[in-house]
Amino acid sequence: MPEPTVANPSCSPPRTPAWLAWFIGRLGYGLLTAWVISLVVFIATQALPSDPARVILGPDAPLESILTLQRQLGLDRPILEQYLRWLGSALSGELGVSLDSNAPVADILFGRFGYTLALLAGVIALVVPVALLLGVSLALRRDSRVDRWSLSLLIFLKATPGFLLAIGLVLLFSMPHMDLLPAVSILDPDKSLLRQLQFLVLPVLALSLSALPYLTRMVRASMIEALESDYVVAARLRGIPEWRIVWRHTLPNALIPAIQGVALTLRTLIGGALLAEVIFSYPGIGTSLNSAIQMRDLPMIQAIVLLITLGVVLINLLADLLTVLLTPKLRTARRVTMIRRNRRGIQPWWRRSPSKAP
Amino acid sequence: MTDVSSARWQRWLAEPQTRKGALITLLLVALALFGPWLAPHAPTDMLGQVYGAPSAAAPLGYDFLGHDVLSRLLSGGLSVLWMSVAAAAIALLVGSALGLLAGFSRRRLDQLITWLADVSLAFPDLILVLLIVSMLGRAPWLIVLTVAIAFTPGVIRLARGSAVAVAGQEFVEAAQMMGYSRRRILLREILPNILTPLLVHFGNMLTWGVGMLSGLSFLGYGVAPPTADWGLMINENQAGLLVQPWAVLAPAVLIGVFAYGTNILAEGIGRSSSRIGDKQP
Amino acid sequence: MNAIAGIETPRSPVSTRVLQVTQLRVELRDQVDVLSGVSFSLDAGEIVGLVGESGSGKTTLATALLAHARRDARIVSGRVEVAGQALLELQGEALRQARGSLIGYVAQDPATALNPALRIGGLLRETLAVHQVRLNRAAQQQRIVETLRDVGLPDDPEFLRRFPHQLSGGQQQRVMLALAFVLRPRLIVLDEPTTALDVTTQAHILATLRRLCKSLGVAAVYVSHDLAVIKDLVDRVMVMYAGRLVEIASREALFSRPAHPYTRGLLAAIPDVAQRRDLLPIPGHAPAPGQRPGGCAFAPRCSRRRAECSAAEPTLRELRAQQQVACVEPYVQGVQLTPQVPLLAIDDVAPRPALLEINGLNLAYDRQVLFDVSLRLLPGECLALVGESGSGKTSLARAVAGLGENAEGELLYAGQPLKLAARQRAAGLRHQIQYIFQNPYRALNPRQSVYQTLSAPLQHFFGIKGAPARERVEAVLKRVSLPASVADLYPHSLSGGERQRVAIARALICEPKLLICDEITSALDVSVQASILALLRQLQAQGLTLLFVTHDLGVVRAIADRVLVLKLGRVVEQGRVDEVLDRPQAAYTQTLLENSPTLA
Repeated sequence: MPEPTVANPSCSPPRTPAWLAWFIGRLGYGLLTAWVISLVVFIATQALPSDPARVILGPDAPLESILTLQRQLGLDRPILEQYLRWLGSALSGELGVSLDSNAPVADILFGRFGYTLALLAGVIALVVPVALLLGVSLALRRDSRVDRWSLSLLIFLKATPGFLLAIGLVLLFSMPHMDLLPAVSILDPDKSLLRQLQFLVLPVLALSLSALPYLTRMVRASMIEALESDYVVAARLRGIPEWRIVWRHTLPNALIPAIQGVALTLRTLIGGALLAEVIFSYPGIGTSLNSAIQMRDLPMIQAIVLLITLGVVLINLLADLLTVLLTPKLRTARRVTMIRRNRRGIQPWWRRSPSKAP
Repeated sequence: MTDVSSARWQRWLAEPQTRKGALITLLLVALALFGPWLAPHAPTDMLGQVYGAPSAAAPLGYDFLGHDVLSRLLSGGLSVLWMSVAAAAIALLVGSALGLLAGFSRRRLDQLITWLADVSLAFPDLILVLLIVSMLGRAPWLIVLTVAIAFTPGVIRLARGSAVAVAGQEFVEAAQMMGYSRRRILLREILPNILTPLLVHFGNMLTWGVGMLSGLSFLGYGVAPPTADWGLMINENQAGLLVQPWAVLAPAVLIGVFAYGTNILAEGIGRSSSRIGDKQP
Repeated sequence: MNAIAGIETPRSPVSTRVLQVTQLRVELRDQVDVLSGVSFSLDAGEIVGLVGESGSGKTTLATALLAHARRDARIVSGRVEVAGQALLELQGEALRQARGSLIGYVAQDPATALNPALRIGGLLRETLAVHQVRLNRAAQQQRIVETLRDVGLPDDPEFLRRFPHQLSGGQQQRVMLALAFVLRPRLIVLDEPTTALDVTTQAHILATLRRLCKSLGVAAVYVSHDLAVIKDLVDRVMVMYAGRLVEIASREALFSRPAHPYTRGLLAAIPDVAQRRDLLPIPGHAPAPGQRPGGCAFAPRCSRRRAECSAAEPTLRELRAQQQVACVEPYVQGVQLTPQVPLLAIDDVAPRPALLEINGLNLAYDRQVLFDVSLRLLPGECLALVGESGSGKTSLARAVAGLGENAEGELLYAGQPLKLAARQRAAGLRHQIQYIFQNPYRALNPRQSVYQTLSAPLQHFFGIKGAPARERVEAVLKRVSLPASVADLYPHSLSGGERQRVAIARALICEPKLLICDEITSALDVSVQASILALLRQLQAQGLTLLFVTHDLGVVRAIADRVLVLKLGRVVEQGRVDEVLDRPQAAYTQTLLENSPTLA
């Protein structure tokens, strides 16, 4: 029976999958972003302040010390040369020497970075499963009493600034009969982290409480939208059992937006982690940054900020890649422009170049 | 003839959440604005015992230097209030303008603006603010500006996304066919239709702003002592947390309530507008 | 279309009753009923059409047959018996089993009804698996292959690995058919399954459906808003109005001797590609649920109403063999649809200067959509642009309206060259060409009142404000048959037909010479479409020139003087409507005509 033109004839196999071409482009975009970030960090720390040496040593320092420091740090060279030297050493792993402790920055950061990663990993390991479970359950029990109470609680948690939650926990566990968990995280650098997990509990809990609301509500909204879609109604009318509809038909579609949600959560978490580390005296890069800022330890500040922002760029890249790979429509797309258009949203009407003419 | 904007306000206020949020926010605003006049003592006067217990003269006790906690509480909201409102407002105005510009200009400009927003978004908010403040000093206006810069990319994305979605609708094309100028189309056709999500986002920015600014004060980068400031109070008095909890709890609670009020307000507006949708068979 | 009607049920010894519906009632909140008192029955292999306009409750009835109601509705009473099983009394697992294996369902829009994350093969295998069909693996695979062949899809494994977005619209709908037929149910309910498809695809799907139903002995309920589409598909027709069945008749009886005034009204309003007729709209509009008048719901709009019509609701009574009608005073004689005289006898010999002239237009977005298109539009005539989706007809219309870009070729208006971008055209020229969109729900700014929408162009083009503007707005509203009070309303208070009229008013208030209509009635009910088309004919009589884009050849016959057929961006044929539609030269035009539904 003759059928009018088929939309996507499969006769010609694609040479390179379109998503790969897109990914390479996206990678380039990420690298470009990383480079500009390095520029911003450099400008903020070395180029903007009229006299970085004075900023470091304070307003009362004698002129001699300032000139010595300038020579030491190479601040008397032209700006462009400074930047290139700085960039060069950063790329080769040479992150400079801490002005505060005179130890190489890379050595100091190595251990602390691990601690912060452990903290973040702990939060993600806790928040993501709970948010998924809670979000899906609430979506299935939509508008019930459980749903409404949970939403109110989540809104309350969302509204409370993260550091207040942390302080609240410190207060709670500092009280006489509540010393089950240490309110201050004094970690012993010689012992492995795995043996000192109790120090992680409170900071992870504090950060999780502030990260939970957004992700849970996002999963819930995404799930509700999927449950109300036409394909779910059609499946139900075909007699597909409810558990299978939730598991095979809805979840895969509902969880894709959650990937971007987790990426966004991580980004906010990093800022929150800084405050939490300070409150709990947790030895991660957050506390390092805080003290570096107070001590005006320029190389340290540069290194930490660079590390953090590059991490965020990497996370976003991974999230974008995962989203494309897990969405069949994007993964099997034949042209890169289709992927870009779907990632960025609808095109404005005067630049509309639809793949199918209206 | 019914006025469009009054119809909108009425719809918003009909939602109980909006009313609750507006009430709480207004109360806190009033407290912050008029508190300094209501304070029984000057916030910087050292009147009593360090970490003294609450008494008739000082209902909330004394803090780490013997100031009256109540007086400092009443005087301490102003900086958080004006700075968060200013930062959110600047971010809203600049971000909306840039977002609309990005959505409706040549592809190059759009890509540039979007990319700058992406770069900015790579810096977690607090880190960016700390970076700038640590290097350039902590003048209040600088803090406000930096917080606004941290918030702007989010507004750009939202404005651009909503505007482009509205622009895909036929009535905007109809306006283009009439030959209206681009500026007129943006202001009369597009902007009124994206106000609601922008306002919801403004409410959210207020909430985040309160959190971030008090957090900054807590870390010591906000207002300089001995000025009273809620976030600073938490920092100053945390050593005496177990002895005199009110010095920490009172400002913490007020910060929390302020954030909660603005948040509920934003939620209420968002919910009431999602109820109204154009019915289509 | 004759080929479809020729497929008949193989002679079966006993004709079994498959579906029996008794007094079905579905309510919304506050006991407002969406449908009530619905009773009918169906035999094996029989196809019945369920016809009604939007708001009649036909979709609600369709899903109620599967014991399903949408979120805010409930089935409160009545009986639905399928092959002896009382469906409404089933709960939980039993109901789940019944759905799919006893009754199948095909949704309206296959693009959204298929899960974008699942492959076709997986969906088919899953459907078989969850119903524990007593077949082993190999037999299941065999059943799937058979079903795919039955619906006209390729059966190779590569096809089964595809995702829905990799299929065309027609293929997607065939997959929906396969999903329904693979379980060999006794009854299939189809909810306007071909609305989103091209006319040619639609004809194919309908033929497939009829063949399957007859050969497998499956009964079908086919919901549609268009009587012409189902004419050759069904054995019987049920007409629904405001939640009640008003007429049930065999196909032959309904189309030649419709008894209910509403059925007559529908038939008189449907455009027919076979002959040009005056389309008669039905005055008034259908009541929404909760606003039904007492007695017969159609009485306020009926020309034959009597006092007793408003007293009590008429029930379905047998008028003659194979025809039941719910009316106090039904029509008895046969219907005669009188042809009409064409609007303008355009003399091709005497040359008149063309109002619009296009020479060799090539238009491209990311690929080319128009190839060397040329046409001439004479003042005062109506030219129809016809084509299926992807033909470029809308791109052409938009280019004339001023939304075109990346185009080469010559565009002349009243002898002067016309710029592609509206902003570049002189203001005095711009107001003369006006455009009306397909979707009335997005054509008006939701934040502006009707008055603001209509007065803005007045100020923009003519500098008229205040009281004179108010007068003009009221005058143009009157011209489109809307009351002046509409001016203070917002779009969300208006129906689709009313919004489209406001859009037309917005065009008229600019005092245009050329009106471009882009499928402006596709989103509207048949009776509303008839009134909009009547309005357009009136405007044409008053001197307007019309460029009418459509995919429906029936509408072309009803309203156009000349027609231009487009296929994939090229002009295939053009000429006077009578000539092109009665004696088509191009093969493509012939195929379109063959596949177009007709009442003749």
